[in-house]
Amino acid sequence: MTAIWVAVLITAAGCYALKLTGLIVPRGVLDNPRVRRFAELVPIALLAALVAVQTFGAGQSLSLDPARLAGLGAAVAALLLRAPFLVVIVVAAGTAAALRALGVA
Amino acid sequence: MTDIDDRVAERTRARPVRDGVALGLAVGTSGIAFGAAAVGSGMSAAQACVLSLLAFTGASQFALAGAVATGGGLIGGAASAILLGSRNALYGLRLADLLPRRGARRLLAAQGVIDETTAVALAQPDADAARRGFRATFATIYVTWNLTTLLGALGAGRLGSPQSLGIDVIGPAAFLALIWPQLRAGRTERAVGLGGAVIALAATPVLPPGVPVILAATAALAGALLSPLPEPA
Repeated sequence: MTAIWVAVLITAAGCYALKLTGLIVPRGVLDNPRVRRFAELVPIALLAALVAVQTFGAGQSLSLDPARLAGLGAAVAALLLRAPFLVVIVVAAGTAAALRALGVA
Repeated sequence: MTDIDDRVAERTRARPVRDGVALGLAVGTSGIAFGAAAVGSGMSAAQACVLSLLAFTGASQFALAGAVATGGGLIGGAASAILLGSRNALYGLRLADLLPRRGARRLLAAQGVIDETTAVALAQPDADAARRGFRATFATIYVTWNLTTLLGALGAGRLGSPQSLGIDVIGPAAFLALIWPQLRAGRTERAVGLGGAVIALAATPVLPPGVPVILAATAALAGALLSPLPEPA
């Protein structure tokens, strides 16, 4: 529990420091177009990685959880139908929960 | 100026605030998902709430909850959570001219530099509207996000196991929804997203939890170095 508190406070301090850094950094750092492009692409790479790891990862191994896969598939379907963020989340969790409740997956 | 002109001007003036409040309410409500995911991962309700109050950036918070859920790897988890917050620094670079330049007001504004406030501010036609949009979005989403974090954290404990509620799917579904518009935006974005996912999965069996996600940043580096740049304006 103490370790989690430490992680929470480190994360909070780090996240705030980064927000402030953007406001106090000297102008012109992003004048280089490649640097700017990297900055734009970083969140896409990291978030896609998190989607993959949280879907297929189990600690340091990879596994297939049918209910979780179905939930993510439902999220993709909701996104293709242009559903709002919260609907996507509810559909994903609801699909996985329903499949587990029915004992299907 | 006619009445109609007045009304149009008034409506245009109200737009950034209205858009900011609407987005703040819609996205802020998903704090309930974070609160539930955090407690489901093994964090206490107090830890979930402190993280929402102080870190106040959704992707990083979900990332830390994910690290807690997988057990161990808390330093790597915090590192990847902070790295995920790095885009807020880049937003700050773009918002610096619009926000208070010094003192306590700048320290306060910094906490509000996130995806949603940036999106609303940069969608406005002028600096004044951008500031009003930023403030409205920040205030609405901060209050909503923190209240619903508390609700989600308190509810999850009573409703049963996180697996049976499908809470383990909330993190990946939320991340996918957040990057979806960018994945649709271009081929480089899709390649970088796919590359990041493949790199992280390949690294998962051999590296400590949290590190594979950081390693995925190399996909962004490759994308930035290899893809053609837009023509300078």
